[in-house]
Amino acid sequence: MEGSLAWKGATFLREVERRSGTPVSACFQCHKCSTGCPVGPEMELLSSQVMRLIHLGEEEKVLESPSIWLCASCEACTTRCPMGIDIAGVMDTLRIMAVERKAVSPDARGEPFNRSSFLGSVKRHGRVFELGMLTAYKVRSGQLFADMDKAPTMFKKRKLALLPTKSGSVNEVRDVFRKAEEEEKKR
Amino acid sequence: MKYAYYPGCSLESTAWEFDKSTRAICRALGIELEEIPDWVCCGSTPAHTSNTSLAVALAMMNIEKARAMKMDILTACASCYARLRTANYKVKNDPAERDRASAILGKPCEGTTPVRHILDVLVNDLGLDAIRSKTQRALEGLRVACYYGCLLSRPPEIAAFDDPEHPTCMDDLLSAAGATPVEWPYKTECCGAALSITNADIVCRLGHKLLSMARRAGADCLAVACPLCQANLDLRQSDAKKAYGEIPDTPVLYITQLLGLALGLTPDDLGLDALIVSAASLLEQRDTAKSAAGSGGTR
Repeated sequence: MEGSLAWKGATFLREVERRSGTPVSACFQCHKCSTGCPVGPEMELLSSQVMRLIHLGEEEKVLESPSIWLCASCEACTTRCPMGIDIAGVMDTLRIMAVERKAVSPDARGEPFNRSSFLGSVKRHGRVFELGMLTAYKVRSGQLFADMDKAPTMFKKRKLALLPTKSGSVNEVRDVFRKAEEEEKKR
Repeated sequence: MKYAYYPGCSLESTAWEFDKSTRAICRALGIELEEIPDWVCCGSTPAHTSNTSLAVALAMMNIEKARAMKMDILTACASCYARLRTANYKVKNDPAERDRASAILGKPCEGTTPVRHILDVLVNDLGLDAIRSKTQRALEGLRVACYYGCLLSRPPEIAAFDDPEHPTCMDDLLSAAGATPVEWPYKTECCGAALSITNADIVCRLGHKLLSMARRAGADCLAVACPLCQANLDLRQSDAKKAYGEIPDTPVLYITQLLGLALGLTPDDLGLDALIVSAASLLEQRDTAKSAAGSGGTR
């Protein structure tokens, strides 16, 4: 990593702890989370390094890192942390904060997928309409032709429905989205 | 035995065969499923990584619907299972989460309706003896690597029915059904899950690691209980081989499909034609071997 690190105060650490509800400050750098992380080889910042940078108050380095978007939420780190830190939960909190502060790395492909493609589909139909969701993601991410070779097989195997099934509770779902967005702002 | 069935979105499309085989084996085993009317998406990973309140509220909508049915929820998808259990856990143990979910849904939420996975119900409600007594010899000699993935057993305070590092429920079920589970070290390693859509290269690396280890352990096929595990290992198997080296074609079947075969159900009853890496030749070889053994009068 470029530059030297110095303690920048506890504000960021306290906010991450409050919002994730987990004691990030308890991390003593045993690196058990990083060694068991399935996406470690692709991460420029390993999970234990992210914990340490939070201690140091390195808000920008953490929130702008593409690594926080590579977490697959497999929960191996959370399960194994000897200090009981919900590390996968911290990754969620960091993503939410990165979006709020417009700090999302341009390399983070997970963001357009989560918010616009997947949750957009849930809001429209009450359920995920996979074909619509995948098309929306491809358009948004610009990766129009990635996986096009999979489409004929998926159709042949009846794995991509052509039309969405709408839940009868879709209006209720839209109401839940609206209220949840209000509640989330209060956190 | 009757449960409020929550299929989840994947079981309506990419994993339709998981839905079909789950319903088929439940019918065969006398487990009654009543689909939760107008169920909605659990929010899956995109909800909990972008809005914590939304993740709890979407899952809780379904739990509240099941509460009105006065039944335990049964789900087959490992991800839906984890999301519903997490919502229950938060609402039950954190008054702030309970108040928030109740405010969003406009009614009091309790988080007390049990959420069960099909494997939990098969092992703990129905029992291995019942499985043993109802299965035939269809799987005899079939070597299976049981792949649990992440969310069936992690984190342990949420998924409470098996060991988080060394789960055995699928191995036990398949042994009872006459198959031969193999010992292998990657039972709970992650397949990359939803990175399949955004970072397929990572999923190919992880998939190749899993498939080649299963082969080295002597497995003919894998058993899974998660739509993302299945898709990542089956749909992406040819890409994984292209990128990381040749391994024999390895069918990845849902545990419900394998149990269905042991119960005497047909490939059609279980949606076996949905597999991309076909299991047909594997099952045919075994039929031929068995009939040869049968004509030899050994059984």
